[in-house]
Amino acid sequence: MNAREKILARIRNTQNPAAVATAQTIASHLAKHPRGPLPPQPNNLLACFKERALKLSSDILETNNINDVPALVAKYLNERKLPIRGVCWPALATLRWNDAGLEIQSHPALPLHNPLPQAGEEANELLRKFNDNDLVGITGAFCAIAETGTLMMLSGADTPATTSLLPETHIAAIDPKRIVATMEDAWDLLRSENKQPPRAVNFISGPSRTADIEQTVTLGAHGPYRVLLILVPINE
Amino acid sequence: MQNTSLQFKKQVTIKLADVRLQDALSRLQSRFVGGRAAVISEIHDLEETRIAAAAIRDHALNNLDYWLQHFEQQATARGAIVHWAETGDDVNRIVTEIAALHNVKTAAKSKSMVSEECGLNDALEEAGVAVMETDLGEYILQLAHEAPSHIVAPVVHKNKEEIADLFAEKHHTPRKTDIAELCREAREILRPAFLNADMGISGANFLIAETGSALIVTNEGNGRLVTTLPRVHVAITGIEKVVPTLEDVTTLLRLLPRSATGQSITNYVSVLTGTKKPEDHDGPEHFHIILLDNGRSSLIGGDMQEMLRCIRCGACMNHCPVYQNIGGHAYGWVYPGPMGSILTPVLGGIENSPDLPNASTLCGACAVVCPVKIPLPDLLRKLREKQMQLGMKSRQETFMLKAWAWLALHPRLYAKATAIGVRMLKLIGGNKKLIHTLPGAGGWTDGRDFPAPAGKTFRELYQQGKHK
Repeated sequence: MNAREKILARIRNTQNPAAVATAQTIASHLAKHPRGPLPPQPNNLLACFKERALKLSSDILETNNINDVPALVAKYLNERKLPIRGVCWPALATLRWNDAGLEIQSHPALPLHNPLPQAGEEANELLRKFNDNDLVGITGAFCAIAETGTLMMLSGADTPATTSLLPETHIAAIDPKRIVATMEDAWDLLRSENKQPPRAVNFISGPSRTADIEQTVTLGAHGPYRVLLILVPINE
Repeated sequence: MQNTSLQFKKQVTIKLADVRLQDALSRLQSRFVGGRAAVISEIHDLEETRIAAAAIRDHALNNLDYWLQHFEQQATARGAIVHWAETGDDVNRIVTEIAALHNVKTAAKSKSMVSEECGLNDALEEAGVAVMETDLGEYILQLAHEAPSHIVAPVVHKNKEEIADLFAEKHHTPRKTDIAELCREAREILRPAFLNADMGISGANFLIAETGSALIVTNEGNGRLVTTLPRVHVAITGIEKVVPTLEDVTTLLRLLPRSATGQSITNYVSVLTGTKKPEDHDGPEHFHIILLDNGRSSLIGGDMQEMLRCIRCGACMNHCPVYQNIGGHAYGWVYPGPMGSILTPVLGGIENSPDLPNASTLCGACAVVCPVKIPLPDLLRKLREKQMQLGMKSRQETFMLKAWAWLALHPRLYAKATAIGVRMLKLIGGNKKLIHTLPGAGGWTDGRDFPAPAGKTFRELYQQGKHK
């Protein structure tokens, strides 16, 4: 018997037969994936999201026009004397970053203008090194969660996980219509729009932090030092 | 990791006299005990949520064979490779083989208590793989060649002065004492390690059977880095960590960070499923998940099964008056505090950790704060019973208990003996009503005074009260 069989055999030999669920119960649990106790539905999802996100040290800006985003980003970075060079997801690459005085490149690059080597190790190497020198990463988000002020990011070819991870400043554009109440609602949205979870679902709640030294909270551990959330209607 | 819990009593004496440790432990209380208290009330119905969480864990454990296989099937369908390991040595062998298969020379590792069980770092170094711990606390411990003293805050026993000395010595940089600057220095030193590592090693807080995913909670972002950048990712976790669905894990996530660090949610929660797709620009090409038993399956169906509900939040140790005074190292293995006082003897043999089940006053604080309602004091008591049955108690303790039991079965004699006893103790106590040394209980009075009784027994006082 290999380790797998031995471990499973030990479990089966000693498990309490009275407590073992029927195949029907298990199938129904998987099919219905019932929710546990939930917090009360907030009256105003947007207000709740903003309150929670601010508590977790995210910064928030709002605008009604997606075309205003580059100017907001430029103002935010300049006020803090931060570098103006960075990368954005391809979906945001058409915004007029240059006009706002920013040097923002698409990550990954738009295939038409700047074709990359075939996907694979070589492309990865290029992007990783390229990205690590960039101090601003601008992304969208799959949705946002009001209960905890959290972003939900799905990894993918046009939504790389590294853009929100390697730079010192992470900026995310979120459509207020994509704010849901709870993580359970976010899973339902994922189930309705994607068949299965992508390689990585990352929930982000503010800048990276550590309290390992003397239990003192310090922002900016291995991930971003700051997270700016821009609430803006986005037309698909 | 070598189990040294046989030296528990000796270690306790050392730790109690360690001024720096005592200073560090005093901080733990305000941050973790206070932090938890501040956010746990955010949960709308805490008790209902704890009951639901315990039920999720119980269902998973009662059907562990089913959910592990379902997890394996789903994870495999998404391109992960699932390995099963009986012991820590098996984990080390499997990881070393994976490293050899993919020509791995360097590994970046995020915090994993299960890998501490195995002593994985030493095994990899022996096999020629350079391992870098990337959790700030674990990195500091790797530099100092020390073991973690807390499952959530591994370096809680060190103060910033010690860390400043360590960084200056090992990094050959000017000494810094500002905590933010120390963190920045570690970030800058570790960043190339992430970018250049061939393999990322992580634990998994949960396995989700429905989707075949590993879930990792982190604050620093190192967990995301080691599972995103290197071309090989190995996740190591215990077989008990599986839960059925995304909704089930979400209920547990409402409790885990609040109970652990007083956070509503950790900065990052990553749900990792399978390998990168050909069109993806990041993510590992190879994803290995190792399921470790190491004695866990022997708890299934027995009177210790409830211990496997544990989600490793550390609340029990944060609230334990014993842990608060001696820290984690005294317990002698990976898991300290009340949960460790149960896990260490049940996984490593009760004969190797005879003091741990007794390293508790059974005050019950741990059971009150446990997010999955593990009856920790009851389990400790069961272990003590087991020790008694196995004849592991000292002759003195056995004799005293037998003598007391005999006396208690003879009520008149008991009344006389206790009446004499309390009067004598009152006399010894004198004006200050404190007893400095007590024959036969030197262990107790060596460290503190014994308050002298009032001079009358409960039964005498009760009789008096009745006649008034």
